[in-house]
Amino acid sequence: MTHDRIVIAGAGHAGGSAAAMLRQLGWKTGITLVGEEPLPPYQRPPLSKAWLTGEADAEALALRPLAFYNDADIELRLGVTVTKIDPAEHAVTFNDGDTMHYAHLILATGSRARRIPLPGLDQANVLELRTAADADKLKAVLGPGKRLAVVGGGYIGLEAAASARALGAEVTIIEREPRVLARVACEILSTFFQDFHRSQGVKIILNAGVQALEGANGAVTGVRLADGQVIPCDAALIGVGGVPNEELAKVAGISCDGGIVVDLDARTSDPAIFAIGDCTKRQLPMYERTMRLESVPNALEQAKQAASAICGRPRPPPEVPWFWSDQYELRLQIAGIPFDATEIVVRGDVAAGKFALFHLTADGTVQAVEAVNASTEFMGGRRIVQRRKKLTADRIADMAITMQELAS
Amino acid sequence: MPKITFIEHNGTPHTVEIALGKSVMQAAVDNNVPGIDADCGGECACATCHVYVDAAWLPKTGLPVEGSQEASMLSFAAVTQDDSRLSCQITVTQALDGLVVRMPEGQH
Repeated sequence: MTHDRIVIAGAGHAGGSAAAMLRQLGWKTGITLVGEEPLPPYQRPPLSKAWLTGEADAEALALRPLAFYNDADIELRLGVTVTKIDPAEHAVTFNDGDTMHYAHLILATGSRARRIPLPGLDQANVLELRTAADADKLKAVLGPGKRLAVVGGGYIGLEAAASARALGAEVTIIEREPRVLARVACEILSTFFQDFHRSQGVKIILNAGVQALEGANGAVTGVRLADGQVIPCDAALIGVGGVPNEELAKVAGISCDGGIVVDLDARTSDPAIFAIGDCTKRQLPMYERTMRLESVPNALEQAKQAASAICGRPRPPPEVPWFWSDQYELRLQIAGIPFDATEIVVRGDVAAGKFALFHLTADGTVQAVEAVNASTEFMGGRRIVQRRKKLTADRIADMAITMQELAS
Repeated sequence: MPKITFIEHNGTPHTVEIALGKSVMQAAVDNNVPGIDADCGGECACATCHVYVDAAWLPKTGLPVEGSQEASMLSFAAVTQDDSRLSCQITVTQALDGLVVRMPEGQH
C-alpha cells in the first residue's frame, strides 16, 4: 500500500521550516508536524537574548503565526512524541498510542542539553536552556541582586550571562578550559569575549572543574569547584554542550554516528527517511567532511535539502555554514569553519570591538571569517569562502581595500 | 490591513495582508511566500530577503541610505538592481497599501 503523508518528527526550527518549504515547493498531500513541546514551532536563539530580557514576546518568538498551519493544511500534533519507527511498514507510533503511515518521514528531533554527572543536579534552580519553558524558569530567577552561576563558557552560557547582566543580576561563569568558547572559537575571539564580559561586571573563572552543586531546602545555593572554593548563587545554569537526539533512529536501524548520518539531500540510510537540523551528522560540501552543526542556518539549509529532494527539485547549491551570537551590543557572525587553518589575519580594530578574523590555510585559502560588529566583513567573508578564494594577509588587513574588492 | 503583492521570479503573484508596523519580509514569511528566505529573521544581517521594488512604488519605499547596513548587505546579494531593497528594512505603512515587489532568481 502506498501512503501520501509526510510525517515530521520534531517541531523546532528545522521541522517547522521543512513543513513550510514542502508547501512552498508544491507538496499537495498531508503533512503532520509532531512536537514534544506544547508550542507551535518557535525560534530558539532569542531564548537566551531578547526573550530573557523581555524584549521579545511569544508572537515575536513564533516561527510563523498559528493561522499559517491551518491555512497551509499542516496538521500540528503538539505535546506528542514519536516513540517508534517501523521502516518496513512506513509507520510511526506516537506516545499516545496512535500510529500513522508515511510516504516520507523527516526526523527533526534536535539536540538536548548534555548532562554532566554532578551531585546536587536535581535541586530547584539548577537550570538548562534549550526550550521556552527552560527560559521562563531562568527568567523567573533573574533580577537585580540575584546571583547566577553559569557552568560552561559556551555560546548559551555567554549569551545568558549578557542577558542576566542586562536584568541586573550578578553573574559568574565557570569554565573548565583555559578560555571561554574553547571548542568553537579561536583564542583571539575567546580573549575578546572574556575581556568584554569582565568589563560588563561578569566574573569568569577559568580552568575550573565543578565538583558539586550545594543546596539547602532542596534549592541550589552554590557551585563547589574542584579546588574547594564555593561560588554562592541563587540559580545555576548548566550549559556544557548538546547531545543529538538520535536514539529513535538508531533503534529503527538507521545509521547513526554521533548524529543521524545524512547525505547532501538530508536523506538517511533509509531512502524514505530524512533527518535535518541538530540531530544530524551531515556532509559539508565546501569542506569535504562530515560534522554535526547546531545552528539555525544549518536547520534551514537541511530543511531546504529534504524538501527539495522530496518534491523532486534540484538540490540547493553548496552552502557556507554560518553562525551568529548576540551579546550586549556585540554581534558575532561566523562564516565557514576554520578546518586546517594555519594563520589568522585581523582586519579592523579588536580593541575598538569592530573587527574580523580571517582563517587561512597554508596556501592562503580563506576557510572561515569571524566578524564582530562587522557585518560587511561577514557577508564578504561568506562569498570569499564560497569561492574558495586565496588572499594574502597584507591585503586582508588593509582597510583601504574594501570587502567588495576583496570578495570580487 | 495593507496588501502587498510579491511576484516570484517565474511570474507567480502572491497577494497577502500584513499588519501596520511589520516588515515586508515578515509579510512574506507569515504567508509562506516562496522566494524570501529571511535566514537571519529580520536582523539586516544576511541579505536573503532581497526584493526589487516596482517602479511605481519606489518613491514611497525609497532606496537604501548610502553607507547604511542595508546598502552594505545588498552589495553582496545575488543579482542586485537599482531598485533592490532588503524587505526586512521596509516597514509597512498605510502608504504602502498595494505595494508590489518582485523576487530575484535566488537569494544566495
